[in-house]
Amino acid sequence: MRSSAKNKIRSISYAKYGYLFILPFFIVYFIFQLVPLINTFKLSLYGNGKTTLEYVGLQNFKDLLTGVGSRSVVAQHDSFLRVLKNTLILWFGNFLPQISLSLLLAVWFTNIRLKIKGKTFFKIVMYLPNIVTAASVAALFLQLFSKTKYGPINSILMSSGLTSGPIDFVTDKWNSRFTIMFAQTWMWFGNTMIMLMAAIMGISPSLFEAADIDGATGGQVFRKITLPLLRPMVVYTLVTSMIGGLQMWDMPYLYKEGTNFNKHTETIAVYIFNHFHDTPHNYGYSAAASVILFIITAALGSICFAMNVDKDALAKKRQIKEAKKQQKLKTKSFGGF
Amino acid sequence: MGSVTGKSKDNYAATVRLKSIGVMVVLILLAVICLLPIYILAVNATRTSTDIINNGVQLIPGKYLIANIKETSHLNEIGQIHYSAIRGYLNSGIITVVATFFSVFFSSLTAYGLVVYDFKASTAAYTMILAVMMVPVQVTSVGFVNFMAQLKLTDTYWPLVLPAIAAPPIVFYMRQYMKSSFPLDIVEAARIDGSAEFRTFLTIGIPLMKPAIGVQAIFAFIANWNNFYTPSMILISRNEKQLTMPMMVQSILTNDKLSDMGVRYTSIFLSIVPVIIVYCLLSRTIVDGVAEGGVKE
Repeated sequence: MRSSAKNKIRSISYAKYGYLFILPFFIVYFIFQLVPLINTFKLSLYGNGKTTLEYVGLQNFKDLLTGVGSRSVVAQHDSFLRVLKNTLILWFGNFLPQISLSLLLAVWFTNIRLKIKGKTFFKIVMYLPNIVTAASVAALFLQLFSKTKYGPINSILMSSGLTSGPIDFVTDKWNSRFTIMFAQTWMWFGNTMIMLMAAIMGISPSLFEAADIDGATGGQVFRKITLPLLRPMVVYTLVTSMIGGLQMWDMPYLYKEGTNFNKHTETIAVYIFNHFHDTPHNYGYSAAASVILFIITAALGSICFAMNVDKDALAKKRQIKEAKKQQKLKTKSFGGF
Repeated sequence: MGSVTGKSKDNYAATVRLKSIGVMVVLILLAVICLLPIYILAVNATRTSTDIINNGVQLIPGKYLIANIKETSHLNEIGQIHYSAIRGYLNSGIITVVATFFSVFFSSLTAYGLVVYDFKASTAAYTMILAVMMVPVQVTSVGFVNFMAQLKLTDTYWPLVLPAIAAPPIVFYMRQYMKSSFPLDIVEAARIDGSAEFRTFLTIGIPLMKPAIGVQAIFAFIANWNNFYTPSMILISRNEKQLTMPMMVQSILTNDKLSDMGVRYTSIFLSIVPVIIVYCLLSRTIVDGVAEGGVKE
């Protein structure tokens, strides 16, 4: 009884520091993220093809999602569906190779039995593409994959006799998509690998040593030790990659011919940006597309987190509750005496 | 008996060696793929335009790097190009350093507050941080720029650095890290020794979180240096004096009047030199820091 009273005093006297420490985050979050988010929702109900900011209800959403109305509305609807499809294609196309490659490399690097020389060198090299500014990567890839015969990739392909003429990597539907997927994977697999590796290294080495002594195979160690203990990190990677993928902007926005625009690689973020900068200003469609993007992300995100509920923490909580209940019962019964 | 175990031991060693060689081949291949584009960029930055067009890909650097760099200062005379390497470095540098410090420091503070203190709203606050981690920048950007315009903050750097204080993914990472390896007893010990709470955070919390801070500082640095979306949204009037490095690269990309390939490669190359230098200096710290992270058990 005395110990529970002591606990109470302690939690009361230090709780205010908890609030103080998280206060700056929430103030800044409120001004720079929450208010803008609400503002976006508000703006999505205004405009609709008219220059004045006029309240139109859900008309913007109706236009984008159903496309019933005038010819310009149908065009809006079509282009919105197209950018949605492009976003999904480009996201899957870079996330799947990225996570598989990163996980494989992370397991290799942390495997004590494999004698890999120059681990640090490889880690540093593989992380390098991520440090390069996305805008510069787009510029670099535009140069390397230039569709003229002078482009480095085309000149290599032609001189080695793989193709007779230059390949159009910039404006062709699938070639441009694959180039962007490749560039994205190239940029991000090192980053993902380091995060996963950090997590694997966080697992106590004694577990791996014990498994090694017991004669576990590499696959068994991966399935029974690495993967279960790695789950929070894998989910973290999945969530951040997913959000990153849905907001993919730099590459698709810049990887095109001059100012011409490539409708096969236009993502939802590019759509929002372009409509936002349209003059005369009409934020309506842009804001409505943002809200739809928000709903998609929120849905995907909650699925992800439902899968990653910390089961141990939940069980512990339940135990504590149970213990408290029993203690209460005990004190009650004592009181009854 | 002895010979049997010896054989299986040999077999085992042979498989491991074979596997190691296979892994090495894959790793070397990947390393080449990672380095080659950047290497070609660097080499082409040292060559003349005619050399690049006539001789294609070369692996040996030329001698025209200085000449090409000098030439980039004349880029502004061509059409719509706004490019000045020094100004770009300065502008991007200020934004990146301030924003990185803000994100790392305040995220550590928030994570520390959530893990060390047991207060009523702690779980609710954490759930909220998780929930807002989901919100992509693009979702809020329309309302963000609109709101900043109302506050007359567009075309300033404030909207580019202040939001860094609230970085949910970094808080999430820091909290995960602290939960797995932060000895809470040490805070209790500091209290007994009479350390004030904030001082405990600065002198004990931060050093113990160093490996996580190192990794996250690099991630934040890259994210801020590479950030092209928010500056493009906020710096509406495209004032030449305010442009960040990625925006300068963009102004070169969208211009087809620049026919000098050497200068084109050089200007792209210059935009990535600072980050590569910084990376070379800090990469060891991360790689080692990650390995040393925290006390277990």
